[in-house]
Amino acid sequence: MAVIIGPVERLVEEFSKLPGIGPKSAQRLTYHLLRSPDKDAHELAEAILSLREKIHLCPVCFGITDKELCVVCQDEGRDHSKICVVEHPSDIPPLERTGKYNGVYHVLHGAINPARGMEGDNLKIKELISRLEGDVVEEVVLATNPNLEGETTAMYLRRLIMPLGIRISRLARGLPFGADLEYADDVTLGQSIEERREF
Amino acid sequence: MRTSRSYQAHAVIIKQSKFGEFDKILTIYSSEFGKLPTVARGACRPGSKLGGNVEPLTYSLLMLAKGRNLDIITQSQCIDGFTALKADLWRTSLALYILDLVDSFTVQNSENKPLFNLLIDTLHNLSEEDDGGEILLRYFELNLLHYLGYRPQLYRCIICNSLLLSEVNYFNPGLGGVMCPNCRENGFDSNTISVNALKVLRLWQNCDYATAKRVRLKPTLQLELEQGMQSYIRCILQRELKSMVWLQNLRREMKSSEVDKTNRNN
Ligand SMILES: [Zn+2]
Ligand SMILES: [Zn+2]
Repeated sequence: MAVIIGPVERLVEEFSKLPGIGPKSAQRLTYHLLRSPDKDAHELAEAILSLREKIHLCPVCFGITDKELCVVCQDEGRDHSKICVVEHPSDIPPLERTGKYNGVYHVLHGAINPARGMEGDNLKIKELISRLEGDVVEEVVLATNPNLEGETTAMYLRRLIMPLGIRISRLARGLPFGADLEYADDVTLGQSIEERREF
Repeated sequence: MRTSRSYQAHAVIIKQSKFGEFDKILTIYSSEFGKLPTVARGACRPGSKLGGNVEPLTYSLLMLAKGRNLDIITQSQCIDGFTALKADLWRTSLALYILDLVDSFTVQNSENKPLFNLLIDTLHNLSEEDDGGEILLRYFELNLLHYLGYRPQLYRCIICNSLLLSEVNYFNPGLGGVMCPNCRENGFDSNTISVNALKVLRLWQNCDYATAKRVRLKPTLQLELEQGMQSYIRCILQRELKSMVWLQNLRREMKSSEVDKTNRNN
């Protein structure tokens, strides 16, 4: 029953697994690499491997890093009494680009979705709470996505954090409901973080 | 039926998943066509005109165009966003369980107006409810089962067909009803059902919600009804609904933090 997959088919198949890449694009990329110099293909392969080898999760905030701690956590110039909670590591760069936030982060790696079974025990919620109990934190900014899953997650976190007596805020509703944080424009996102509200 | 290239649907968005970078695959439950899988192009872009109108737990009027695989949502108008409901964790979780039930029990392209109306009424009532929503949930479950052909037999023994007497009887999820003590002795597997539980279920099978919610339930009876309905639902679906597991965990957590609070205040 084993179907022999040639190197070409194999790479097409691998590319097709990537988000936003259909079978046509996968084929185009594969033939492009076939035509390009050896060096290019080697560099691409090397870049992919080193991504997997060198990048790991920051043990404090669970953002991604190639150092022991991530750049934000190791920066003493940042305000470590403010923690901004996001769903994904990819939510951090757009918030950083606004230049309006000087606290640190906490990455949940997902959001609560009851119908899918919360994915919950995998979310870094326990880690967040023990961080709040341990450190001297004055404010938590809930920056989960402004959609149903993100709101559910924010409400759930609020329940857990409230007894700790820490100020809780939520990104302002400048963002359209149902959108994804990762793709918001910088101006809108900057406004949202300046106008964050009590939650 | 949906013969023209474009058509309208009054629908509740019951499930979504992201598709590609900006698109969403949405499962809708509509008044006109029942459950349909659809696609909303660009719905994840900020400023998308579809945006919040196609978030789960929203009742919208949708314009759809026939697609090669999935039909495409081209325009939307929000009828009810259930915003009061969405601002409360417990009620949001109840609503998500209700949507999960509809998704799990229905098949695509099968219109069921009474069920659609029950869904809208239930979400609407849930927005205004100020208790735990237990009666609302049981009432919804019982009537959803009824509209989909799983109405449990509560009047005559499902084995010997004799009228059930006012005594402890037995509920058998696999056979979809209640059996008398005599038949139970002949070796059928089942759980007890109290006289009061049977009375309440019979009432809820036959009355409107306004009447249903006037029933006052003791915690033990409430628990018996919940467990009975859950065993029946599990038996039909042959699985546990994750949204129900979430609901039960959340209730447990909320109860234990209540206890914490009282302990601290004492
Ligand atoms: Zn870090
Ligand atoms: Zn019998």
